[in-house]
Amino acid sequence: MQAHSELPPDGTPHGLPHRDAVGGYDEDASGAQDTGPLVRPYVIAQGRDHADTVQLDMISVVIAAKRAEVDEMALEPEQVRILELCRRPQSVAEVSAHLDIPVAVVKVLLSDLLNRGLALARAPYTAKSPVSRDVLQAVLDGIQRL
Amino acid sequence: MASNDSDDTQAPVPAALKILVAGGFGAGKTTLVGSVSEIAPLSTEEVMTEASYGVDDLSGVEAKTTTTVALDFGRITINPTLVLYLFGTPGQERFWFMWEELSEGALGAVVIADTRRLETCFAAVDFFERRGVPFVVAVNCFEGAHTYAVDEVRDALSLDPAIPVALCDARDRESSKNVLVTLINRVAEQMAA
Repeated sequence: MQAHSELPPDGTPHGLPHRDAVGGYDEDASGAQDTGPLVRPYVIAQGRDHADTVQLDMISVVIAAKRAEVDEMALEPEQVRILELCRRPQSVAEVSAHLDIPVAVVKVLLSDLLNRGLALARAPYTAKSPVSRDVLQAVLDGIQRL
Repeated sequence: MASNDSDDTQAPVPAALKILVAGGFGAGKTTLVGSVSEIAPLSTEEVMTEASYGVDDLSGVEAKTTTTVALDFGRITINPTLVLYLFGTPGQERFWFMWEELSEGALGAVVIADTRRLETCFAAVDFFERRGVPFVVAVNCFEGAHTYAVDEVRDALSLDPAIPVALCDARDRESSKNVLVTLINRVAEQMAA
């Protein structure tokens, strides 16, 4: 938190600093501050082979398969919790947050569920499948309804 | 059980879209996300691979490290087939490697400018500008902070005249909605261009 001790005491510097429009994010911008606690080193699932995992994005949406008969004994306890949570559509990021399991681990557990046919996932819109005008209009309407 | 059998009775799985909310520490990212989200903002940790950042001549595995970055996000269910996620992303340039991953497929971005520390959003503006990601700048009006005119902020950021700049109060739902509407309109403009 001491990273912010350089703030002027009154918090109101005179005039605004100017961005160098040709500058790059890979340059040492004068104003860059260390946010400290946001990042800490962390290694997860080291050595785990992801070759057979389904490609899942942070916002791939997952739903538990309705008809599937689940043999809970054959699953990890976390996978049972995931299936319960995904009775309603949830993104990978939501599953991670709700169950407090790192995203990388959620992806591994989920791909197993997908491969067993116990859950369904839908890939998000990407640059390769850009949104149509209709989708954009739906988003606009949805935001305005809030 | 076969992995690829389909079931017609299954409810459709909605597709997701994301909008990034970038800005410096304390600029109001999570506040803006929370003011429009239907759920209290959630936090997840994503392990990112940081490749030899800023050191071009260092190649090989040793130059890669994994970093865990906390991301706050919110959700807006648009309709039964469409869900919008808003991700608050750390704005400092040291996180650019993460923006690469996050901006992939993003509909657009909101850069929150905190006029008390405007320089904390420079890196984000640079990034979205270079990547051609549609974005708007939202000037979060903090109580007690000197209020600048939109043009002063635009000038300080050397923004393309086409990039919208909106004053906002990130705590206020209507104000945050207005920022998002401005962004969607910008996305539509950029699509048409």
